[in-house]
Amino acid sequence: MYRYSLSRLVRHALSDRPWPRAWRQAKPRSHYDVLIIGGGGHGLATAYYLAANHGVQRVAVVERAHIGAGNVGRNTTLVRSNYMMKGNTEFFEFSLQLWEGLSRELNFNVMLSQRGQIVLAHAPAQMDALARRGNIMRLNGIDAELLERAQVRRLLPYLDYSSAARFPVLGGLLQGRAGTVRHDAVAWGYARAADSLGVDIIEGCEVTGFVQDQSGVRGVETNRGRIRADRVAIAVAGHSSQVAALAGLRLPIESHLLQAFVTEPIKPFVNHVISFGAELFYISQSDKGGLVFGGHIDGFNNYTQRGQLPQVRRVAECAVALIPGISRLKLLRHWAGIQDMTPDGGPFICRTPIRHLYLNGGWCYQGFKATPAVGWCLAATIAHDEEHPLVRCYALDRFARGAASLDEYGHGHRPYRH
Amino acid sequence: MLVIPCPLCGERPYTEFHYGGDASKRRPALGGAELRAWHDYLFLFDNPKGPHREYWQHHQGCRQWLLVVRNTATNEVGEVILARHAGTGAGAGPGAR
Repeated sequence: MYRYSLSRLVRHALSDRPWPRAWRQAKPRSHYDVLIIGGGGHGLATAYYLAANHGVQRVAVVERAHIGAGNVGRNTTLVRSNYMMKGNTEFFEFSLQLWEGLSRELNFNVMLSQRGQIVLAHAPAQMDALARRGNIMRLNGIDAELLERAQVRRLLPYLDYSSAARFPVLGGLLQGRAGTVRHDAVAWGYARAADSLGVDIIEGCEVTGFVQDQSGVRGVETNRGRIRADRVAIAVAGHSSQVAALAGLRLPIESHLLQAFVTEPIKPFVNHVISFGAELFYISQSDKGGLVFGGHIDGFNNYTQRGQLPQVRRVAECAVALIPGISRLKLLRHWAGIQDMTPDGGPFICRTPIRHLYLNGGWCYQGFKATPAVGWCLAATIAHDEEHPLVRCYALDRFARGAASLDEYGHGHRPYRH
Repeated sequence: MLVIPCPLCGERPYTEFHYGGDASKRRPALGGAELRAWHDYLFLFDNPKGPHREYWQHHQGCRQWLLVVRNTATNEVGEVILARHAGTGAGAGPGAR
C-alpha cells in the first residue's frame, strides 16, 4: 500500500507527481474463496477483516454501481453506543471502540470527531428512562452521564429554555465518546486497505442470480458472467429482500425510505450531536458548517430514494421546535436512502438456511455506526461458518424461536413503526 | 407527493391516511394452523420492488380502510377500492396505529 503520511503529503505538495489510485479497478476472476455482494461500508469492511483478521486469500466485493453509492454516503454520519437492550449494548460499544482506532488501522483519516451526543428529556418519565439507559450503559462499561437542566443549558445554550417552550428541557443523557465520522472516507478507507491485502473490488457488477446445488450456494451469476465462490455474503441493506429472493429466501424485512437534510453552512454553532426527546430527530454540524439532521422514515415501504415533502416539513418543524434560532436557515439539500426495516428494529448478521450463504441486513437507522463491528463480526462468521458471539442475537430465526427482544422502544412487530 | 384517490372522497394527499401495511398477507385460520404459518404471517414480507397491494385508512376523511395497489419503485398508485369489498377475509383491518 502507498502509505499516507506527513512526509508524503509534503513531497506531493512540492512536486507535480499525482497521487496514485487508492485501489485497483479489478476484473472478476472465475473463482473466489469468499464473495461479498454489496460495495458499501459493510461489504468493504467485511472484505477487509476477512483478509486482515482471517488471512482469507481470494476475496471479492461486487457492487452494482460504484462503491459508496448507497447508504454509507446517505446517512447523517453519527456514531454512538447508547443502546439498552442486551445484545445491542455490547455490539454497538464494540463498534465504537473499533471506530476509535480506525484511522490508524486503515492509514486513512476517517475524521472521527468525538464531540459527544446528548439525548434530551422533556418529561419526568423521560428522565427516568434516560437514567435507566445510562445505568445500563455504565454497567456495561460505556460512558454515560445524566445531565440536569442547568448542565444541558451550559452545553447547549441555544435551545428554547423559555417558559413558552412547547417541550421544556428537563435534562439529558450525555455520551461523551459519541460523535461523527466522515462517511465517504469509511468506504474509501476500507476499500483501499482491503485492496492492499489483495481483495478484488469489482464495480459495475450486478448480481442477477445464485449458482446453487445440493450442497448450497456455489457462486453468483452477474451481468459480467458467472463468478464461482465457496462462500457468499449478502450486504446490500435496502435491497436485501431482492437479492435474497434470487436465492429463494423470504426475509422479515420491509424496505423503507429515510430522509436526511443539510442546511446552508454557518459558523460553528452546534458543537454536539443532539437528539430531540419529543420526536425522533437528531442534529449535528458538519465540518463545512451545514447543520445535518434527520427524522423518521416516510412511513410506507418504497424504493424511490426520493422523500415526500410533508416529511420535510415535519422534520423542519422539529428542528425549529428544538433550536428556534435556526428558523431562518435555508435547507441546502435533502436526500433519501432505502433501509431494511425489521419487525424488532434489529439487524441480521448470520448464516442463512442455505449453506454457504450469509446475510448482513435488516439495518434500521443504525447501519452506519455499526460498520466496523459488522465487518469484524461478519468476517468471523464467514471464516468460521458460525456466528461471532457478539452477533448471536442477530439471527434470522429469532422470531420463530421467540428469542429475547431487541426492540429498543417497544414498538411491536410492524416494520414501519420502528 | 403521494396522492391517493379515495373512492369516496377523491384525490387526497397521503398525510390524510394511516398506512396499514401489506394486504397480500392471509391470516391463518384460528386454532388449526402450525406455528410456522403464524410466524410467516406476522414476520415475513415479500417486500416487492414494483406493484404492492396494501391497506391505507382514510382517517382524516371517510375513515374507510382502502386497498391500494402502489408501485414501490415509483410510488405510482393504481387501483384503489374499499377494503371491505376486497373479500380478503383479513379480519377487522390490519391494526390501527
